[in-house]
Amino acid sequence: MRVMLKIKRFNPERDREPYWAEYEVEVEPVDRVLDALEYVKWHLDGTLTFRRSCAHGICGSDAMLINGRNRLACKVLVKELGARITVEPLRGFPVIKDLVVDMESFFAKYRAIKPYLINDEPPPETERRQSPEERARFDDTTKCILCAACTTSCPSFWANGEYIGPAAIVNAHRFIFDSRDRGGAERLAILNARMGVWRCRTIFNCVEACPRGIDVTRAIAEVKRALLFSSL
Amino acid sequence: MTTFHRYDAVIVGAGGAGLRAALEVARVTPRVAVVSKLYPIRSHTGTAQGGIGAALGNMEEDHWEWHMFDTVKGSDYLADQDAVEIMCQEAITCVYELEHWGLPFDRTPDGKIAQRRFGGHTRNFGEAPVRRACHAADRTGHMILQTLYQQCIKHEVTFFNEFHVVDLLLEDNVCRGIVALSLADGELHVFHAKAVLFATGGFGRMYKVTSNARSLTGDGVAIALRRGIPLEDMEFFQFHPTGIYKLGILISEAARGEGGILRNRQGERFMERYAPTLLDLAPRDIISRCMYTEIREGRGIDGKDYLHLDLTHLGREVIEKKLPDITDFARTYLGIDPVREPIPVQPTAHYAMGGIPTDVRGRVIRDEQNTPVLGFYAAGECACVSVHGANRLGTNSLVDILVFGKLAGRDMGEYIRGADFAPLPKDADGPAREECERLLTSNGSESIARLREILQREMMDKASVFRTQEGLEAMLTTLKELKDRYRRVRLQDKGKIFNTDLQEALELGYLLDLAEVTVVSALARRESRGAHYREDFPKRNDAEWLKHTLAYRLNGEFELRYKPVVITRFQPVERKY
Repeated sequence: MRVMLKIKRFNPERDREPYWAEYEVEVEPVDRVLDALEYVKWHLDGTLTFRRSCAHGICGSDAMLINGRNRLACKVLVKELGARITVEPLRGFPVIKDLVVDMESFFAKYRAIKPYLINDEPPPETERRQSPEERARFDDTTKCILCAACTTSCPSFWANGEYIGPAAIVNAHRFIFDSRDRGGAERLAILNARMGVWRCRTIFNCVEACPRGIDVTRAIAEVKRALLFSSL
Repeated sequence: MTTFHRYDAVIVGAGGAGLRAALEVARVTPRVAVVSKLYPIRSHTGTAQGGIGAALGNMEEDHWEWHMFDTVKGSDYLADQDAVEIMCQEAITCVYELEHWGLPFDRTPDGKIAQRRFGGHTRNFGEAPVRRACHAADRTGHMILQTLYQQCIKHEVTFFNEFHVVDLLLEDNVCRGIVALSLADGELHVFHAKAVLFATGGFGRMYKVTSNARSLTGDGVAIALRRGIPLEDMEFFQFHPTGIYKLGILISEAARGEGGILRNRQGERFMERYAPTLLDLAPRDIISRCMYTEIREGRGIDGKDYLHLDLTHLGREVIEKKLPDITDFARTYLGIDPVREPIPVQPTAHYAMGGIPTDVRGRVIRDEQNTPVLGFYAAGECACVSVHGANRLGTNSLVDILVFGKLAGRDMGEYIRGADFAPLPKDADGPAREECERLLTSNGSESIARLREILQREMMDKASVFRTQEGLEAMLTTLKELKDRYRRVRLQDKGKIFNTDLQEALELGYLLDLAEVTVVSALARRESRGAHYREDFPKRNDAEWLKHTLAYRLNGEFELRYKPVVITRFQPVERKY
């Protein structure tokens, strides 16, 4: 099938403003949007710039705005989108070039919530025991690949880029509800700050955007509840 | 403008091996930097699915000696047994370490780390499959990568993200650092170091159908070769039996570990004819070959070149709970629900058993006497210890990156305490700058994408699961042509900022070099062993070929030397499953 791929381009060495470029591409219906982008780069315009690596939804490199929604280019098939496909960089980050954005602020927020197991008790010689139920408690939030699709689809984040954002909260949740962790209170204190979890207005965009199917809003709600009824 | 940095240790690659090594070096010095061409946690370790092997014995009796035996047998007796022994012992410590760092393994009812079956892993020296693979659903690699990165954050390891290594600074057998290209602004950076570790991963991108990420172009391996380091056992490249048809996206061996069955067009469980004891859990080289045989004999599905992986008898509960990611892959990319329909699969290029030769301390060696290069280390898929020999068992790559990442990091720590900074070579960034300039200003007419397509298609055809002298010789001719054309490429992007056109050109150069070593090594080895199967020499020949290949490239010509396999506990015998 033939699709018209409309891509928001910007090369700071050449352009003053972003502009739209259109490419007509012949694709198979089961091709990914990534395949179409690579076709453009490899056969039509070598200057087109985007990130990608694993190409099957695990590494999180190719999150972008596709037909107005945040998605991984490697996880959406052309046939789901129809004959006109528009592609833009994620919103809310500085654009480095074309679809490549600067994610440093995003990772800084991830690092800020202390995303590592905190437990100073000397570990046993073998594993720390954890029941399957305790393990299941935080399973959903271990799936996060830090692609930033959720955070950059969040109106609260658009309104204020200082908001710590759903991805960081998801990763805090992953440790707060891990029975082996002792750092829950420290993390909750960070999330209780002005740019923390209370900026979430429960808009659910994050849930729709998450390519890993994480129930992000639920995780955020659980963190809010832990703050309100702190019994950790 | 070139920027200069100075670190006690520089680690190239932020996958499992690189991060594990960084954590170990960080115990000794805060001046350790990780240089990676991707953003953190984008590395390919994250795509590992099914599990990490360690003889914890949590669900049934197990011993590291059994793990060792399986690994040696799986390797078709080409693995060095001293290294395998260390790996299988240390695997247990490394898994507990990960657990203590917070890795969310799946659990047994009594709270221990859960384990499942995997190809080639058996109890009591080959009797029957054993549950040895520790797992976190089918996201084990993702969890390992995240856990290691989390620990690096905790220990404040310095990262240079999206810095693409382009040269290794090596003089008089002493490593002095690296040169990297910063993608964001296109500038070169020289990292002056007492010690350098390459953990740059594999190079499956030289094949058309591959499970490997776009980024797996063997940069470190090719750079080492260009700097005079030999490459070991490059003829052994593993094809994983179950890649999604045409796409190569991996369907984890855990699917068969949980009971999945391979079937041909007649619905027959064909592995019964080839490996009656282990069936669908025989090692990967054997199953891949059997699948090709089935397809060649006309028993592919609909007469095409794929077969079925049947999970339908496992039930929704098992499939969705234990294999959620691969279920999602089948639904997303094929529109198939594995609960009700079989998955179309074909062997896919997966793992390089060969690479930069190292000793068990991760030190790169430069000859058949195992002489180390001072200050130069390698670990993970880019390295060849050798623990995988001619064929790697499933789960053992995760074991390898942790164990030898750790041991290499430990040795680096000791080395940098006793060593000084060797002076940088004059014009340290000169060769790298010249190469980038040449590619950027070349006015030829050849396209990188076109050359890469030919390389991948021809390698798939002539140097994959089945090989012949004729095919390999034709491949060498093709490679000479491709390398010639590569000198006349033309890039469309001439800019400095995030020039992925330039990056892909550099990567193609690496792939061409590595394909050449693979073919030269394969042509010389006139026997069949593990993943290297020569139709014209279908038998293993221990009398002449029980040895490791070391391929040198000197002034454009190849020289092959050989070194003996270390055999300690297990004498080579014919492999039967």
